[in-house]
Amino acid sequence: MQTYLVANQDVGGAALRIGRRDGRLRNPTQRIYCRSTGEREIRGIDHVDVIGQRALLAAVQGSPGNMSIFAPASPGAHSIVDLAILTFVVTGLIFVIVEGVLLYSVWRFRQPRVEQVGEPPQVYGSMPIEVAWTAAPTLIVFFLVLVTTRTLWDVEKTPPESKAGDNALFVTVIGHQWWWEYVYETYDGRTLGFVTANELHMPVSDDNTSRHVYLTLKSADVCHSYWVPRLAGKVDLIPGRVNSLMLETKEPGLQLGQCAEFCGAQHANMLLRVNVDTPEEFERWLANESKPADEDAAVVDGKANFLTQSCVNCHAVRGTPARGTYAPDLTHLMSRQTLASGIIENTPETLADWVRDPQAVKPGCLMPAFGLNERDQKSIVRYLLSLR
Amino acid sequence: MTQPASELPVPPPIAPERMLKPAQWGMASFLLSEVAFFCTLIATYVAFMGKDTVGPTPAQALSLPLVIATTICLLSSSVVIHFAERSLKRGQRRRFALLLAGTAALGVLFLLGTAVEWRTLIVDHHLTIGRNLFGSTYYTLVGFHGLHVTIGVLAMLIVLALSFGRELTEKFRDGVELVAWYWHFVDAVWIVVFLVVYVASRSGGA
Amino acid sequence: MSSLVEQPRSIELTDRPADVPMNMGWTAQLHEWLTTVDHKKIGIMYVVMSIVFLVIGGSEAILMRWQLFYPRSKVLDQDTFNQLFTMHGTTMVFFVGMPILIGIGNYFVPLMIGARDMAFPRLNAFGFWVTLFGGIMVYMSYITGGAPAVGWFAYAPLTSTTFSRGAATDFWALGLIVSGIGTIAAGVNFIATILGMHAPGMTLRKVPFFVWTMLWTSFQILLAIPPLTAALTMIIFDRQFGAHFFDVPNGGSAYLWQHLFWFFGHPEVYILILPVFGMVSEIIPVFSRKVLFGYEFMAAATMGIAFISLSVWAHHMFCVGMGRMPDLFFAVATFLVSIPTGIKFFNWLATMYGGRIRFASPMLFSFGFLSMFLIGGLTGIMLGAAPFDFQLSDSYFVVGHFHWVLIGGTLFGTFAGIHYWYPKVTGRMLSERLARWQFWLLYIGFILTFGPMHISGVLGMPRRIYTYDAGHGWEIWNQLSTLGALIQAPSYAILVYNLITSLWKGKPAGDDPWDAWTLEWMTTSPPPSYNFEEVPTVHSRRPLWDLKHPEDPDWLYE
Repeated sequence: MQTYLVANQDVGGAALRIGRRDGRLRNPTQRIYCRSTGEREIRGIDHVDVIGQRALLAAVQGSPGNMSIFAPASPGAHSIVDLAILTFVVTGLIFVIVEGVLLYSVWRFRQPRVEQVGEPPQVYGSMPIEVAWTAAPTLIVFFLVLVTTRTLWDVEKTPPESKAGDNALFVTVIGHQWWWEYVYETYDGRTLGFVTANELHMPVSDDNTSRHVYLTLKSADVCHSYWVPRLAGKVDLIPGRVNSLMLETKEPGLQLGQCAEFCGAQHANMLLRVNVDTPEEFERWLANESKPADEDAAVVDGKANFLTQSCVNCHAVRGTPARGTYAPDLTHLMSRQTLASGIIENTPETLADWVRDPQAVKPGCLMPAFGLNERDQKSIVRYLLSLR
Repeated sequence: MTQPASELPVPPPIAPERMLKPAQWGMASFLLSEVAFFCTLIATYVAFMGKDTVGPTPAQALSLPLVIATTICLLSSSVVIHFAERSLKRGQRRRFALLLAGTAALGVLFLLGTAVEWRTLIVDHHLTIGRNLFGSTYYTLVGFHGLHVTIGVLAMLIVLALSFGRELTEKFRDGVELVAWYWHFVDAVWIVVFLVVYVASRSGGA
Repeated sequence: MSSLVEQPRSIELTDRPADVPMNMGWTAQLHEWLTTVDHKKIGIMYVVMSIVFLVIGGSEAILMRWQLFYPRSKVLDQDTFNQLFTMHGTTMVFFVGMPILIGIGNYFVPLMIGARDMAFPRLNAFGFWVTLFGGIMVYMSYITGGAPAVGWFAYAPLTSTTFSRGAATDFWALGLIVSGIGTIAAGVNFIATILGMHAPGMTLRKVPFFVWTMLWTSFQILLAIPPLTAALTMIIFDRQFGAHFFDVPNGGSAYLWQHLFWFFGHPEVYILILPVFGMVSEIIPVFSRKVLFGYEFMAAATMGIAFISLSVWAHHMFCVGMGRMPDLFFAVATFLVSIPTGIKFFNWLATMYGGRIRFASPMLFSFGFLSMFLIGGLTGIMLGAAPFDFQLSDSYFVVGHFHWVLIGGTLFGTFAGIHYWYPKVTGRMLSERLARWQFWLLYIGFILTFGPMHISGVLGMPRRIYTYDAGHGWEIWNQLSTLGALIQAPSYAILVYNLITSLWKGKPAGDDPWDAWTLEWMTTSPPPSYNFEEVPTVHSRRPLWDLKHPEDPDWLYE
């Protein structure tokens, strides 16, 4: 499904060409995960989209890289687009008329054209005209208030209580610097109670059944904002407050988004991925996630290593003594497609890179490089690779 | 322009305006900005009323007798400065100096009362600005008010010093008037602070 | 017969104000400028300070655009980038936008109302110097190991010591408190000057429109800046004394900061636009040779904007989950602002209609203002539609929108004002040729920089990201933006070059080069330190029209 392109060297090269010293280009083989499709690997400057064909294609074709608010995939996003088009039309008309009058006046009354002796007639004002152009925008405002109210009531809904047979998924989202924690509460009235990170899985709706997803949004540190443009408008995650957001879509596949409220150093790399699964896929995924971590005799020394290192201060692996809550839950790490909140593909190599030096991948992130020796590092990575 | 001067329209005479003097406008607008400042602090205090995660609460820490006494000092000083102004207008130099000094003294009494109160809060109740939200909002609000009282007292002392050995001109009277405006404002703010901090939060924020 | 005082017209042109001796040494000059309490010199210093900060803030913008040219570019690291946008925003709002308008107001409000100085000349000097020191203090944060990286609206708790170690945030908050005190001083001074020192006959219904807008701007300053001062004080108390205002684990509120900040922040954008409304309301009539259409309605609209703008702040917070009713309230209030703004716009058009339009540089920039500010206003309406804002908020669309308002509105209007009044300030005309180059480079560069941002925002690009992935269709729009920034950059250089070289190269301007109608054109260029030999008496909104057309004076019609 996903393809990745190796962007780093190319961009580094491009940067070099415009005078960048290369001292900063750490770890040149690091694979930066680019969330686009279509091209597996592009070399050289070509991938830099100067002409923008790919940009336009992406916008038009609705590829998974598409995050346009005008490609709605949910009823809520749809009704916002309807409102958007209405306001576009209204403001567009105002624009054409007013700008037209402006250009006409400028053209018609510019000096070389108007040859007049003395000053033109002085017009001090006119009550009827003033009343008219006070009334016109007032009417427009009245209209805009009506359509805004309608859409507002459409998209802002208080979440219901979870109950059996509601086909609804309840998830608590906790924003952290710079990753997302998902606590799966209930689905269809069943209590789930497991924790995962960065990749939300939700069931797709179909013509017969609506499968709503109710997100409860909280923050563990600073303000964040949850924005998957094709599914919904953004809602902020504010420490000390609880917000909610409803998602629903009939379109299976991957939806992308990212944090939209500046939240510190790596705000730009706090990416969002929403996997919309068929109900069967989703059930399978739920079943896997609900289990404690796999026990694999082959990686028993890696596990021991993991548990003795400071990993456990922040990370949790269910079924083991690792209970940290400051960092992503690793119980089923390998069931995720990406690492580091969606910026790199999750492969044995990238995982090893990450464990070796997270700062090289996501500078400023809160996981330090622990300076493990090669053997410990390898065994820990092997253990992590067993967490499926 | 070609018409003879006698045929040109004659503008109506200019009616004299009854407006405040520039300095009065200045003080009034400065006080408006002070209103905005204190409104923010008071709104913050109210927003955090009863949201403390640890004690002491206003009901536990604040006691009324002392603050009622200091409030009486401050409010009566507003009356005293009013009479000071009046005696200045009548040219009663000594009476003016005495009344102004009295106002400043009442202001100092208020500040001393606040100092005693803060000492009790800090020593007996361990309420500091970092203790809880009540501490943060209380010291900020009451502290900024106290700062304004201090500035008012200093202004009055300067006016007092300036009044000795020189003619009490109209400009001087205008200056005293502005100090009095400021002082009335500081008192008015205190009434709100008193009602919010010592009445509302003491009864409701427990 | 006219009661206007005839001014001596025999002033010989010199490079300096008439009262500064030609042979002053540079130390004496420096001393003169450092200790001056003359509103005109202070005004000039405000403007010079703003232009210096404009160049600094603009350079920061160019660096950011360079970084965003390529996806996953490594020109800047994340910390540098985050500091740059914080400083860029802070600089442009507090040390370019406000001081340049206050500076122009400082110079021209007393001249336009026939006063000899501001009401409080020493307070005026104090206001300027603390504004400057505030700016320097904010930039001093760089020597503590880096500027703050919190964004110009510095959402709590990012400003707490937990998330912003180091002293940068303290420098930032202190600098803004200090410069805010200067701004409040300026606001107090304007109100006292306008209300207390206008020329005989110049009642509030007859003040020049620029003066009227400065009056309401000053009211907004007085109501909006103190809450910011209070909120910044709370930040400092939190950071330095362990208070808990924005300390969520101890009951503090991150949400409160947003309300306090935007209660300042929204009136602030009107502080940045109202004086510009005033400037173009002076310029458009003079260059269309017609009286301002519907003065009373314009005046009422200004007042309306000033009041409504105090109740729209939370439209910056539609995404915080306020609930439907508050969202609707703030959406409606936001829409309401468009009514008085529309009235102003129509009146400007009506002023031009039927006139005889001279496209000298001030009018050219006013045209730029009219054609661009309209767009900024209309995208503002889109953002005001709360549910649409759920998508647009904090995206590049917002970045495009407010730059359209602040550059297309404030900056174009301010440049119009600078080109209009430069002859009065210096006695020399600016080069029209350079002004035209500056205008078109700015016009094209500006559209190219900020137009594409609306599109990248709609395509899902959030603001304040130091890097982005390829494949979302954002690349081309970012590249166009950067290209536009490079086209804009020389226009600012041309402005600075024109402002400096015209001091001696410019054609002598004379007292009234534009054949204008307000009192500042009655005195010499540059005006003497006392402005007017005799305080003029006025009977209408255009005293110089009355003087030039004694047979058909304005006061017959007002």
